[in-house]
Amino acid sequence: MSKMNEQSMQAGSLTNMPDAGGHFGVYGGMFVAETLMSPLAELREAYERYRHDPEFIAELDYDLKHFVGRPSPLYFARQWSEKLAGAKIYLKREDLNHTGAHKINNTVGQALLAKRMGKKRVIAETGAGQHGVATATVAARLNMECVVYMGSEDIKRQAINVYRMRLLGAEVIPVESGSRTLKDALNEAMRDWVTNVDDTFYIIGTVAGPHPYPQMVRDFQTILGREAREQIQEMEGSMPDTIIACVGGGSNAIGLFYPFLDDKDVTIYGVEAAGNGLDTGHHAAPLCAGRPGVLHGNRTYLMEDNDGQIIETHSISAGLDYPGVGPEHSWLKDIGRVQYVAINDDEALQAFHQLTRIEGIMPALESSHALAYAAKLAPTMGRDQVMIVNLSGRGDKDIHTVATLEGMTV
Amino acid sequence: MSRIKSRFADLEKRHRTALIPYVTAGDPEPSVTVPLMHAMVEAGADLLELGVPFSDPMADGPVIQAASERALVHHISLKNVIEMVKEFRQRDNDTPVILMGYLNPVEVMGYEHFAHTAARAGVDGVLTVDIPPEESRDFLVALKNHKLDPIYLIAPTSSGERIRSICTSASGFVYYVSVKGVTGAANLEVASVADKVAEIRQSTNLPIGVGFGINDANSAAEVGKVADAVVVGSAIIRRVADNAGDKDAIVSEVSALLQSMRMALDK
Repeated sequence: MSKMNEQSMQAGSLTNMPDAGGHFGVYGGMFVAETLMSPLAELREAYERYRHDPEFIAELDYDLKHFVGRPSPLYFARQWSEKLAGAKIYLKREDLNHTGAHKINNTVGQALLAKRMGKKRVIAETGAGQHGVATATVAARLNMECVVYMGSEDIKRQAINVYRMRLLGAEVIPVESGSRTLKDALNEAMRDWVTNVDDTFYIIGTVAGPHPYPQMVRDFQTILGREAREQIQEMEGSMPDTIIACVGGGSNAIGLFYPFLDDKDVTIYGVEAAGNGLDTGHHAAPLCAGRPGVLHGNRTYLMEDNDGQIIETHSISAGLDYPGVGPEHSWLKDIGRVQYVAINDDEALQAFHQLTRIEGIMPALESSHALAYAAKLAPTMGRDQVMIVNLSGRGDKDIHTVATLEGMTV
Repeated sequence: MSRIKSRFADLEKRHRTALIPYVTAGDPEPSVTVPLMHAMVEAGADLLELGVPFSDPMADGPVIQAASERALVHHISLKNVIEMVKEFRQRDNDTPVILMGYLNPVEVMGYEHFAHTAARAGVDGVLTVDIPPEESRDFLVALKNHKLDPIYLIAPTSSGERIRSICTSASGFVYYVSVKGVTGAANLEVASVADKVAEIRQSTNLPIGVGFGINDANSAAEVGKVADAVVVGSAIIRRVADNAGDKDAIVSEVSALLQSMRMALDK
């Protein structure tokens, strides 16, 4: 984390956010009930203290190397690049991390913080189950009680991850309210936290929620972007022309983007889930087709109706099926530093199959959205140009979804 | 003087603890709400809290979540709720009405337009669960422009410093959340409530209401000994839910509960 802090000291940098109240421009902040204001202050103080503490940093670095398996490789997808006949495509292999996605970078960090704060119980919300598994994993290792909230719709879609969490000793509580997906799991986790604030640490899985979560989760995820930035310079001797990541809440994306924000020549794309198509209304693309509002503790772009009610989202990928997005992404959209685009279910599915067959790498359906956009963009670029796509997770968890869509039973 | 202020001044003269029932507007269907508001006043309510349904009520327990979902089946919007207050005012110009809800519907309407419309309809106070004073600057300006009282929550976790800052932003009364938890919690401890209410009194002369976890005449009376107002929500909503489909039964059951609380408070 020390390098990141040096970078953020530069004047005029895009890495000076958020302000002391957690604001990224007009976005972010702390929009929670009064009961949570003091616990959030306690968390902010602890985080500020330990993020600069050499012992904490050393322990985190050790765990990232030996438990998570970092650094993850940057892989040149030669076959796929040649087939697309355009830019050279590099994949940041977060799918090779322990538990199979980028989520563990954050849960390792937050769990170490929880331990130092003397909390005995951790809770989490999960959509696809990747963050739930990553939380259950660190809780098992640190011998902490672990409760994961998961929408009952998602439980149906992600049975394997539910069983993984239970094997790891976590209690998975189905959430039956609202749309029974990720947003409702987040509501329920917040209700648990407000009831058990004294002994419970809430490990939020994405760069959303009240301050300091968007900042803290970003800081824990930037390890992947810093590695990619060094790796591409070693392998190509230059900076990439373009970097791409999928955006649900946006933690893998901000992890990749943040270390490149001040590299003005690097074009950045965040890829949202267009579901059945942006024009159908059945999607999960608040940045492309929503508007600003307040939900889950922060002001950000949302999917909402004209009365301010949050509307149900749709995506083939449970991990992108969320009506909000991290507030820093909202800010990066408004200032024009990052371009947000959308990929629909069919396009993502096609990319899933392509990468699996051409490179022998089965990507998560979430990451397949980023890959699908890369496949559109690469042929428009020169063969000497370079792009990095964040392969945020592996696809094993999605084989039931894919098989079902193709009329098969696994 | 605001309706809320004059109501509390009058109650103080009469040594009467305020009874503040909460109902979610439009639950279980829109035509129930205004008649129920009048019935609650007749049964002994001194102020009314009207809940604005929201799709994601993060601070509410299962009972009030379900009330929101029932109301949203009828697409009850913030605008509809304000219209209900306007209708209520045709027959009752004295009982203060506080809107309670979440920020996003207000954000969409716009602070100034919301405050203007609500004040004209006869709303007196606004309790927005998820906007703490730190984020309230523009919101407070709009409310104060239209003489609406901002009602803020104080929690068991609020430090002395926070209590002082909240009381600076608040007017009308302050609302002490008696338990760590969501609405409808069952673990109310009257002794700790008394301690915290005494602490809050050192920071403000505003009346202090207490809510979350008051579900019968007995707990209302106990809390009434230390607070200026008791707020009852989930216990009422349970009676609404149990009698959904029978408007008369809703009115009579809710009235009976409030009458028993009124008697216990006045003893």
